[in-house]
Amino acid sequence: MPLVKIRDLHFYRGNRAIFDGVNIDIERGKVTAIMGPSGTGKTTLLKLIGGQLRPHQGTIEVDGQDVHKLSHSQLYELRKRMGMLFQSGALLTDLNVYDNVAFPLREHTDLPESLIRDLVLMKLQSVGLRNARNMSPNELSGGMARRVALARAVALEPMMIMYDEPFTGQDPISMGTLVNLIHRMNDAMGLTSIVVSHDVAETAEIADNIYLLSDGKIIEQGTTLQLKHSSSQWVQQFMQGLPDGPVPFHYGGRDYADDLLNPEENA
Amino acid sequence: MINLIRSLGRWGLGTFERQGRAHLFLFNMLLGIPGLFLRFSLVVQQLFSVGVLSILIILISGLFVGMVLGLQGYNTLVDFGAEESLGVLVSLSLVRELGPVVSALLFAGRAGSALTAEIGLMKSTEQLSGMEMMAVDPIRRIIAPRFLAGIIAMPLLAAIFSAVGILGGFLVGHGLLGVDDGAFWSQMQAKTDLYDDILNGVIKSVVFGFVVTWIALFEGHDATPTSEGVGRATTRTVVHSAFAILGLDFVLTALMFGDE
Repeated sequence: MPLVKIRDLHFYRGNRAIFDGVNIDIERGKVTAIMGPSGTGKTTLLKLIGGQLRPHQGTIEVDGQDVHKLSHSQLYELRKRMGMLFQSGALLTDLNVYDNVAFPLREHTDLPESLIRDLVLMKLQSVGLRNARNMSPNELSGGMARRVALARAVALEPMMIMYDEPFTGQDPISMGTLVNLIHRMNDAMGLTSIVVSHDVAETAEIADNIYLLSDGKIIEQGTTLQLKHSSSQWVQQFMQGLPDGPVPFHYGGRDYADDLLNPEENA
Repeated sequence: MINLIRSLGRWGLGTFERQGRAHLFLFNMLLGIPGLFLRFSLVVQQLFSVGVLSILIILISGLFVGMVLGLQGYNTLVDFGAEESLGVLVSLSLVRELGPVVSALLFAGRAGSALTAEIGLMKSTEQLSGMEMMAVDPIRRIIAPRFLAGIIAMPLLAAIFSAVGILGGFLVGHGLLGVDDGAFWSQMQAKTDLYDDILNGVIKSVVFGFVVTWIALFEGHDATPTSEGVGRATTRTVVHSAFAILGLDFVLTALMFGDE
């Protein structure tokens, strides 16, 4: 049974359908990637899974529980078992690195401070930032902030972790570190990971299963190898990063020649 | 014409929707308050940032407002040979009106705007969302302690404002204009009532603290998560708080002193 089961998901912003009948299964213990061009609602999907947004139709089950039928306290109990890594890191700026990682432990457990210290140092050690524990979030680079956020996300030993664009804006070394960390954390802690990204090479490297989203629908689904050999032109364009194809280079509208020859019609 | 009616309707619906969100927000904040008594350190931290850090502006403003009251009051009273009543004039003006109102306006400008900017930035940097996903309710953990701190800090700041203002009035009245110090203090004591004047002033400042902090926190929480959105929300906090303070002051004054 999949850990996350999404069925017939519909979600709209105004009149625009962000999801139009999406079905996704996130298998336990695997890294599942949700990929697609910018603006296809990848982050929205994570917020729907985490119960921060409510779908207009369809269901999302996490570990057998319908996320949107839970009471406030039940939802918060479920979230203790879900980690999320935001694109910005979302570290609390008035706390230093150590206190950020200790935050969920202090909020949800009655552990003595000495034990919290050990746990925080272990988590920071696993992301390579034990010696950066006294730094404040604004002293960290983007990659370091995400690693601290990762240590914080796994502090309560969740069953799953959701990564929102973890590789965006990273230099090659930070990117390599993050790819390695996500893969290692998933295997070592027995996590289930959902990676939302449009960085094809990095995501494909660690994903066991990939869903490709576009225009509110799942265009293709499969392993990295299956997607690379897909017969769909759209999939090929996305996976190879081609500038033109089914997704045109030019934004749709008036014909170029017509536009140049009839300037008075410009609105 | 149709467009005008349509935009009026849209504005009306938008306003009602926003009012609904603001009241739901207030309800959630109030629900979060009982839990704070188990973790009062969260409130103490906020008392420092909204209260203690506002003291300087309150002290300086209170002193000058009191000194101006002393000068203006003396000039009026001396025409009637009643300059000995300067203490009464200064204390009643401050305790009933100027203390609560001016300190609330200053509080909105100093602490209210800071609260809006802080919460707005926490929203735009996904800190509130991050907290929700860590199963920590930001309304209870972040918002409610600030709300309670605002309600506690406001009457204390108003009291400091009034006390310093009276001292300013005395310095000018006695030191500069030669009003008898015994008359100043004794008339003030005789004519300032604990319940009718001081308690009513305290009630006003508690109400102002409640409203200003609510507006500031709601504006921050409801801000569009961009730098421009946070800037606009901060401006709205100061403007809406000023309107709310002055409007409520009239209502409260009419209720408290209207039948005298």
